[in-house]
Formats: sequence, structure tokens, C-alpha cells
Amino acid sequence: MACRPRPGDPKVRMNGNTDSNSRKPLSRWWRWLLVLPFIALLWVPFYNSVEPTLGGFPFFYWYQLLWLPITSALIIFLYYWSE
Amino acid sequence: MNWVAIIVFVILFGLVTIVGFMAAHWRRGDLDLLNEWGLAGRRFGTVITWFLLGGDLYTAYTFVAVPALVFGAGAIGFFAVPYTIMIYPLVFLILPRMWSVAHRHNYITASDFILGRYGNRSLALAVAVTGIVATMPYIALQLLGLQVVIGAMGIGTSGGLAGDLPLIIAFVILAAFTYTSGLRAPAMIAIIKDTLIYITVLAMVIVIPIELGGYGKLFSAIPANKLILPSPTGNSLGLYSAYATLALGSAFALFLYPHSVTGVLSSSSRHVIRRNAAYLNAYSLMLGLLALTGFMALAMGIDKMPEFAPQFAQYKANFAVPALILHAFPDWFAGVAFAAIGIGALVPAAIMSIAAANLFTRNIYLPFIRPDCTPRQEAQNAKIVSLVVKLGALVFIIFLPLQYAIQLQLLGGVWISQIIPAVILGLYTRWLNPWALMAGWLAGLITGTVMVASTGFQSATYALPLGALIVPGYAALYSLVVNFAVAIVLSAVLNPVAGTRGSDETAPGDYHFEPAPAAEAPTPVSATA
Repeated sequence: MACRPRPGDPKVRMNGNTDSNSRKPLSRWWRWLLVLPFIALLWVPFYNSVEPTLGGFPFFYWYQLLWLPITSALIIFLYYWSE
Repeated sequence: MNWVAIIVFVILFGLVTIVGFMAAHWRRGDLDLLNEWGLAGRRFGTVITWFLLGGDLYTAYTFVAVPALVFGAGAIGFFAVPYTIMIYPLVFLILPRMWSVAHRHNYITASDFILGRYGNRSLALAVAVTGIVATMPYIALQLLGLQVVIGAMGIGTSGGLAGDLPLIIAFVILAAFTYTSGLRAPAMIAIIKDTLIYITVLAMVIVIPIELGGYGKLFSAIPANKLILPSPTGNSLGLYSAYATLALGSAFALFLYPHSVTGVLSSSSRHVIRRNAAYLNAYSLMLGLLALTGFMALAMGIDKMPEFAPQFAQYKANFAVPALILHAFPDWFAGVAFAAIGIGALVPAAIMSIAAANLFTRNIYLPFIRPDCTPRQEAQNAKIVSLVVKLGALVFIIFLPLQYAIQLQLLGGVWISQIIPAVILGLYTRWLNPWALMAGWLAGLITGTVMVASTGFQSATYALPLGALIVPGYAALYSLVVNFAVAIVLSAVLNPVAGTRGSDETAPGDYHFEPAPAAEAPTPVSATA
């Protein structure tokens, strides 16, 4: 897993310095990504159903559990690419 | 009596006791100072903080009560999952600011921060008292978790003081190692506790569905009104709004509990908190799986099994998980699982009593009772208060009806939410007037308490009429809206009045403060590549 920005990554601008502490962080606007789990989980009618099931799990359960890794991934992305 | 389980339980408990006392020597510091005893010198790195906060937030009571709620009420009990998902974006964004300002000014509690930020002793006192009052019943419920597993091993079902003896022994152990080792003890024990809990939960979610014939069979055995939330009928939003507001309101409240603040402030850097915002989710996954064990108990009809009848009569739905463990596993593993839950009660109970002791000492004793006391007297006082707090919880759980502790904990969640405007907004802006925040806090407390009282203290969801629509929702969130409204309106009124705004010892840069970047600044390429 690469945890540091790569110079080729268009989202990250390196300011000619390889010292990781002095690279330009991602715009603060990227933090708004963290609104996604709130939208996804607070609108209950969206996921309150049995179908489609996954491995026997009703949608209600696997959908909400799925947001665990998604939220973690969002936070990891923001942590390693933004500060 | 289940002797095999009892022996395994006692051995693991003995191990934890030894670790608890040894912890005093770990990363040695001067335990006669509150910063060392109550925050372990703020030296915990990512891994220890992960275990500590995991052990702290996902408590024994959670492990008993969440599956019990799913067992009794169905899908609504699963709100614990969205709740513990939504916490972490908040942790990631907000708590590094709290860590920084606390580190910069040596704040040990949220109330310390309030005093520094607003220069208002009354508001700081209100925050401290709210924290202590909300924590006490929470500690009592940890002891309940312990009581249920002790009962599951066949001890104490006869009632009487002899039945409470194991609980008292466990309590004495807890009190002794907290006194000598401070926060280091629960941090070290949390590593054992979490390992045991993970093993237990994994075993349950693998072994029991096999017995039931797979997850498909498990879910098809659940009645439709419990499997998912029943659709709202008439002009009420029913369980839909209750589910969403419970999840959101609980997420806002959790990190204001004193024990969470203590856990967060004991970490060694902002980065530790930010990383843990991503990694603590692993506990939420475990909690989600554990919630489903409530359905397993339901599918098996565990409460109908005659061998568990006496305990179900005593502990009600809270016995669902212990009964499931007894039914599905050999005795020795039941001992391991019960030890996991029992030790799972000790860790948060220790941290909660330390947090309450920090609050009382720093924000009530020091400013109002003994302003001249030395740092050593301060730490000594905190150690004694931690004993008093735990003793109070023990008396509570032994002598008062269980229902009181549960209802008070319900109210505690509503009350602790009322410090959100002062603490969380205070991390971002100084515009709100301390007296307005005080009025908002009071208005929120009253509104929330009245709402919960209107349900006969049975539920924290209040059916709010909005025009023709009825929106049942978490009273903490509703009263928080009142709190905010009062705080904002009164701030606009009071701010022009000279002398009401108080002082502010913090500077904008303090909220991003990061000491000695070389010490904790991550070099994650080598660490995680």
C-alpha cells in the first residue's frame, strides 16, 4: 500500500521538495467526502428492505455493514493525502 | 454451578489482576501527578490507543445490551452500527483540535478546556457536573454486564449478599489496580480483553450459524416485523426517524463522555487520533456481528429452553447472549467468553471512574474546595474519588432496582449531549457567549428530561408533533436543537453587553498545535508499506 502521494498523482502537487512535511495538502474541500456516510445511513427508506440479499444477509444488514469499510477508506484517503 | 467455566474465568481474571498491578511500572512516570495517573503521561501511540478506545467505547454493557435489544425488539437494535460508523468522521475532523488545545494548555478534562476558552467558572462547573452525572450510571451498567455473566455460570441466582460476593470481589480488584496504576491499567488490560472479545465474537458468528444451517436460514427464522424496520403508518414517521436520530444523536454524544475524552487526550499525537478514526471501525464491525447474535438467540428460541428459565426471569433479554454462549459452546470456552465480557466491564469501568475522578478533582475540588492544593494532593484526591465513584456504582447495582440504572443511563445520554454547543462549537468559534451557552445547556437539560419523563422514563425516543406529522426521535437530538437555539439567540443579545463574554486564554494556532513533530510524525511508508 502506497500511503504517500506519488508525484504522478494529478491530485497531489509536490512543491519540488521530497520532504513529506512540506508537500501541499489536498484542498480542504475533499473533507466534504465525509458527508457521504451520513447521507447513506440517515435516509432509512433507502435501505430498509430484505431484498437483495447477499450471502443470506438481508439488504438492511449488509448495506449498513458495507459502510464500515467505505467510511474507513474515506478517512484513510483523507489522512494520507490531505495532511 | 458450571465449575469448568468458573475455573477458566477465575484464571483469566487472575491474569488480568496481575497485569493491572504490573501496569504501574509500564512506561514509568510519576504516578503522584494527575497527568501521569489520569492520562498516563499522554504517551499512548496508535496501537495502544486503538485498544484503549476500543475497550473504552465498546463496553461490556454494549456487548450484552445491543444483542439483547435486537433479540427483544429486532432491527431497531442495529442502530448501533450506523451510530458507530458516523462517529468516526466526527472524530477525524473534530477531536484532533481538542487534543491540540488540551496538549498546549495541559487540559485534562473537557471542563478544563471550557474554563480556558470561556473564562467562565459556572459554565466549566456545569460541564463537569454533567460529565460526572452521566458517567455514574454508565459505570453501574458495566457492573451489570459482570453480574449477568457471573449469573450465567450459576452463581448468584439464589440472590442475597452471597450472590453478590463475586461482584464485590471483582470490584475490589478493579478498584485496587485503578488506584495504584491509573490509566495504564485499563490500557494494558484492554489488549487482553479485546483479544478475548474478538475470539469470542468470531467463534459465535461462525459456529452458531452452522448449527442453524447458515445465515439464510437464520434470517428466514426471524419474524418480518423484527427482520427490518416496520414501514411507518398513518401520519407518523415511526421507527424510521427513531432509527436515524438515535444513530446520529448517539454519535454526537459519545465523544463527549468523560471516558472518551480521557482516552483521546491520553494519545501521544493528533496523528494517533486521526489514524484511529479509520482503524477503530474494526470494533464497529464486531459490534454489528455481535448484534446479529440477538437474532441467533431468537431463531433458536433460547428463552424457551427450560435450563435457562431462572436466569431469563432474573436478567430478561440481557441473558440472551450468555445463554447462547452456554448453549453453543463447551464449558471451557464459555468460561473464556464470560471472562471476555467480565474483563470487558473492568476496562471501561476503570476509565470511567478515572475520568469522573479527573473531573471532580480538576473542576470541582481544586477551584471550589481546595484552591491551594499541591499537584500531589490533586492526584491523591483523584485516586480517592475514583474509589468513591466505583463504590457508588456498586451500591447502586446491588441495592437499587436495575431499571433505575438503565433509565439513568438513558437520561445520561440526553444530558451529556447538552455540552455539545459549548465544547464542540467552542473548538471552532468563540462567538457564542458563555452565559448564553449556560442558558442553552439548562434549556436542553430540561427539555430532554421532560421528553424522557413523558415516556415514563421507558424510552429516549420522543414522539415530536410537527404540524400534522409525528416524528419520533431521540430526545437528546431534539433537546440539543432547543439548546442551540437558545445559545445562539442569547449570544446575539448578550454579546454587546460588556463583561459577559469572559476571557479566552487560547489562540487560534493552539487548535493545530503539534509538539516536536519528529517524535510522532509518521513515516508510514516504512510502517505500512
